[in-house]
Amino acid sequence: MADIERGNRPLSPHLQIYRPQITSVTSIFTRVTGNALIVGAVLIVWWLIAAGAGPEAFARADWVLTSWLGNLVMFGSLWALWYHTLAGIRHVIWDNGYGLELETAEKLGWIVIFGSGVLTVLTVLTLWIF
Amino acid sequence: MVELTLPKNSVVKTGKTWPKPQGATNIRTFRIYRWDPDTGENPRVDTYFVDLDTCGPMILDALIKIKNEIDPTLTFRRSCREGICGSCAMNIDGVNTLACTRGMDEIKGDVKIYPLPHMPVVKDLVPDLTHFYAQHASVMPWLETKSNTPAKEWRQSIEDRKKLDGLYECIMCASCSTSCPSYWWNGDKYLGPAALLHAYRWIIDSRDEATGERLDSLEDPFKLYRCHTIMNCTKTCPKGLNPAKAIASIKKMMVERTV
Repeated sequence: MADIERGNRPLSPHLQIYRPQITSVTSIFTRVTGNALIVGAVLIVWWLIAAGAGPEAFARADWVLTSWLGNLVMFGSLWALWYHTLAGIRHVIWDNGYGLELETAEKLGWIVIFGSGVLTVLTVLTLWIF
Repeated sequence: MVELTLPKNSVVKTGKTWPKPQGATNIRTFRIYRWDPDTGENPRVDTYFVDLDTCGPMILDALIKIKNEIDPTLTFRRSCREGICGSCAMNIDGVNTLACTRGMDEIKGDVKIYPLPHMPVVKDLVPDLTHFYAQHASVMPWLETKSNTPAKEWRQSIEDRKKLDGLYECIMCASCSTSCPSYWWNGDKYLGPAALLHAYRWIIDSRDEATGERLDSLEDPFKLYRCHTIMNCTKTCPKGLNPAKAIASIKKMMVERTV
């Protein structure tokens, strides 16, 4: 079943007109990053399988994953991983009944956004140094 | 089901621009969603100009002025004009609220007004709330008891009564449910924030004796668990209530009674 029966009545506008909220935007990005990470994970698995399959296969996979596009996708995946992790922690906090007051929930949203950015940069710097 | 775009018959077209009031110097522009069931045409957005010098401060004042002086066919629900009946809930400036308690000074630029989102439109700003009310009725919004009826009233301690604060004030305006993306996509089966807030109001009422049955009926993949804590409900509630917190409390009770 798709929807409640509307007859010939129009459906009022929804996504087109509703103002994005900090809580709704961080919520949809939790889902987006979660799905995007499937792609990232598949690429990593391909890289590992290629490493096991032999030098030629690995060279091919490694060339793709360390190309500028590969680096960009991996950088994005790293951010997505941090974002999804922080958003997941936020859900654990909520599921325990805390942080559900509007001001706190909105603060948690900003923490997820800025926290994931900062942690991504720190991770890249750490990988660079070591 | 997630459908990001509007069905063909629901796509909004540009409508009519109504004449400006003569001699007015303090004018505010209103862009208002219109749909006339008698023409069979698509919905449209009409533009109205309101003279603020001869108008009350609230959005509802402007709507009534438009209906009285510019376009008597403009259709909307209103009654108490003081935020207690919940009739004039609509989407104003991108968020759901009551037209009677939202001041025009709270909005920047043109005032955009749509009916409550993702609902069947009866006419203009009037949505069909039949399904919404049926969902409310489905949570048994009344006191269920098994013990013998006391000679006087069902008594409750002051502490237990306090647990109902922030819940009983709900006026069923439907702002929260129709702000919820989960309710947009799964409104046929997901009960939505308003009905769930009411469910919780009776679940934690110390006088109610059907708590188990109430929780049982919500143990369903859709009715309760389509809430993903998006919190548009709490953000938009014109009464300042927190349906998201009430839903989280039900989810917590569900876990606590199984462990």
